[in-house]
Parts: sequence; C-alpha cells; structure tokens
Amino acid sequence: MKEEDVTQEDKNKLYEGKNRLLEYAVDKDGNYTQKLSVGFEPKNIALEQAWELIDDEIAVTKKRVAAGELSTLAYHMEINLMEPGLLAQHMGYFKWTVKRHLKPKVFAKLKTSVLEKYAGVLNITVKQLKSIE
Amino acid sequence: MNSEIEVASAEQHKAIMGFDHMQSAHCENGVTANLLRFHGLDISEAMVFGVGSGIFFCHVPFLLLNKLPLTSYRVYPGMIFSRANKRLGVKMKVKRYRNADKSMSALDKMLDEGLPVGLQTSVFYLPYLPKSLRFHFNAHNIIVYGKQNGNYLISDPVMEYPTEISYVDLQRARYAKGIGAPSGKMYYPTNVPKEVDFRKPIVNGIKGSVFAMTRFPGPCLGIKGVRYLSKRLRTWPEKMGERRAGLNLGQVIRMQEEIGTGGGGFRFIFGAFLQEAAAILDKEWLMDVSKEITASGDHWREFAVMAGRIFKRRQSQEENYDALADILIDIADKEDEIFYKLKEISL
Repeated sequence: MKEEDVTQEDKNKLYEGKNRLLEYAVDKDGNYTQKLSVGFEPKNIALEQAWELIDDEIAVTKKRVAAGELSTLAYHMEINLMEPGLLAQHMGYFKWTVKRHLKPKVFAKLKTSVLEKYAGVLNITVKQLKSIE
Repeated sequence: MNSEIEVASAEQHKAIMGFDHMQSAHCENGVTANLLRFHGLDISEAMVFGVGSGIFFCHVPFLLLNKLPLTSYRVYPGMIFSRANKRLGVKMKVKRYRNADKSMSALDKMLDEGLPVGLQTSVFYLPYLPKSLRFHFNAHNIIVYGKQNGNYLISDPVMEYPTEISYVDLQRARYAKGIGAPSGKMYYPTNVPKEVDFRKPIVNGIKGSVFAMTRFPGPCLGIKGVRYLSKRLRTWPEKMGERRAGLNLGQVIRMQEEIGTGGGGFRFIFGAFLQEAAAILDKEWLMDVSKEITASGDHWREFAVMAGRIFKRRQSQEENYDALADILIDIADKEDEIFYKLKEISL
C-alpha cells in the first residue's frame, strides 16, 4: 500500500471520531512508514452489516417479548450480544437454567437475589431488567 | 477532537510514570513492544510481529466465531507474545487469578512498585472504544501503567492516546467469560536483556513463519487455507443464498481489515519487518521479498474493495464470487513464491 492510498473513510461515523488506527504503508522511496487511517470503506460496510444482523435479531426478540413468548431477560441478553451459554458462564449456572429463565412464567417467579445477580452481570438495575426500555 | 488537549494529556501521562505510549496496529505486538521498550530494549512493533512469527492464514469452516466460520490472518492469540519473548531471551511473569479482588490488589501492588503491567481483557467491556467495535472478543491486550483518582491509566496500543478506566470496568473486562476467557491474566517482564543480537531471532522468526504458511497439515491452514477459502467461496451464493454468503464474506473482510491488522491482513506489518530484517542481516534480497509481500497485501486490499461492492450490490458485471475466488488463487500463487524464497533464510 502506498502512503497516499491509506484510506480516511468513515461516512456513517462508525468510530465516533474517537480513534484513528495505525496502518503500515510505503513512502515514495519504497520505505515502510506508519500512517493513521480513519477508516476503510469495505471494512465499514462489513462492520455495519454485522450490526444490522444483530439489530434484526434484537427486533425479533423484542417482538416476541412483547407477545409474551419470551421473558424480558431474553431482550437484555440479546442487547448485550450474549447467548444463553455465555450468560450462564457469567452467572455460574447451567445453560439449561438460563434457557428456562427465558420463559416468562419461570422468570416471573424468580427470587430477588437471582434477579439482582442477572442485573449485576448485565450492568442494569432490576427494574430495567423487568422491562424492555 | 481537539488534538492539542489530547497531546498535552499524553505528555502528562508520560510524566506520571515515565511510560511512553506508542500506538501500534495490533494489540499483542504493541503491548509486548511497549513493555520491552519501558525496560530499555528498543524494539519496533513490526520486529515483535516478525520475531514472534505472527503471519498466518487459516479458514476453518467448522469453528464458528459470532456464528460464522473462523478466518484468521494471524497465529493464535498469545503465540506472538510467547515466541517473541522466548527468542529474544526475555523472561515474562504470567499470572492468572481465580479471585477477581485478589487479582486487582496484585495489580495495584505492581503499580505501586512503578512497573507497567500487561493485561488480557475483553473488548466488549472497554468503554473508551467506539461502540461499533465492542464485540465479545476476549484476547485484547492493554497495559496499565498507573493509578490516578481511583482510575487506572491505560495504554491501549491501538488507541492514539493513553486513556483511563474505572476499577469496576477494568475488573469486568478482566473477568469476561466465553471462548479464551482472560481469567484475570496479567504479565510483566522480570528480565529484559539490554542488548540483543537480533539476527538469530529474526532468522528463527522467518523460519517459523515459513513453516506455518507452507508445512502445516490439513487443507485449512497456511497458504493451502487461501486456496481452500477460494474453493468454498465460489459455492457460497448457491449453497446459502445471497444474504448468508454476504455475511460470511463480511466476516472474512472484518478479520482482514478490522482493528489490529495494519491493513491487508498483516501483510504490510510483515513487509515492514522484512525491511528491518534486510538492514540488520545485511541481505538485499529480503528487501525484494518485502516488496513482493507488499504487493500481496495490496492484492488483499483489492479483494476487500471488491467484496465491499458485492455486499452493497454495487458490483459491475464481472465482479462476483467467482472473481473474488480468482483473486484469492492469485494471492495464493504469489505467497507460495514468497515463502518459497524465504525458506532460504540463514544467518
């Protein structure tokens, strides 16, 4: 890559202007130098696409929670990009226990201590855990 | 961003600990190089990457990452670090703790002694990173080099400037769960040689890379992996439909260009390393190989650009999965030649 080819593309503000990344490029004498890059369009597209997929899944879960098929825990798990297996590891439970807690009926009967533990892992309050705001 | 303020604070940070934050493309090389530099061994990021035999390729369809097949352009996390240290004669102390509070007080104790400490963390729990980059990825390395007003001073090698993080956030990041969980891993050098003869480590580093790229068994690893990906990629749109194929391709591009590769799937860092190596070993032909690997990196970038247009459905007539696969075959042929030449390396 030539020095002038280091891309500075971030149309959709994916990186919030927070950080430029270091890339390696060749200067006109053929020596390697370091250049800062804001972004690279194909990478941005790939990243956006990954987030679109996640957002789609969240939207589906949200609908199912509203319809009473899943507990609000499912929604909070989803927005934390977790799966039952990963959440179970954080909680120190079996995967099937967490899966059971995704049922609204079971979730409604959970003890406060369990809810507090879930809220702690997901970094929210118990009140937030019980809603989909 | 007001860069003047940020630079001033970077200097402030430096004054606190005498720690010099140098930005790097990749976290593992960067942390290793920054730690060694603090202890008086002047070494560049590219050198750590090369000596640690970091360059690689693999496409393993039966291992899933974020529900998509694993593609990687580098060796397994932690291997660059350990191999570079071994070859350079650096002694690192690596510790893991079961108890989170104990690990935090152990960290505090090291900081009190004025020593920067490397930590393994999960990207998801680092609030200073842009939200769009925060996935559950457990092998991100950072350096903690001080404590101020209850916050830890962080040198994250992929960031332009040093930052801070709170106690709670850092603990969360160190005790994330999942694949390759950090379990509070922390490390610091205990013995760093002041003068190192780089020639032997460089030769061993290159030999290691050649072995990994050309000799590993099975169809998925090394340059064979590029051909394997090419073969599979052709069938994606038919086998799994346009959308799913796009997602698979997206994962490949993200691993290639996402944080930490320095562009072109690490090929440019490797080029920079070969250039340094050519000067140290006094071998002009390594310089030529460096140019070839740069060309190969450019090829990877072309692959990414075309893939980007395919996701966006802005491709021209002749841009499709077959064309992408052909680029990969080209790359594989070139890299075969490159690593065949590098096989001849000796002192």
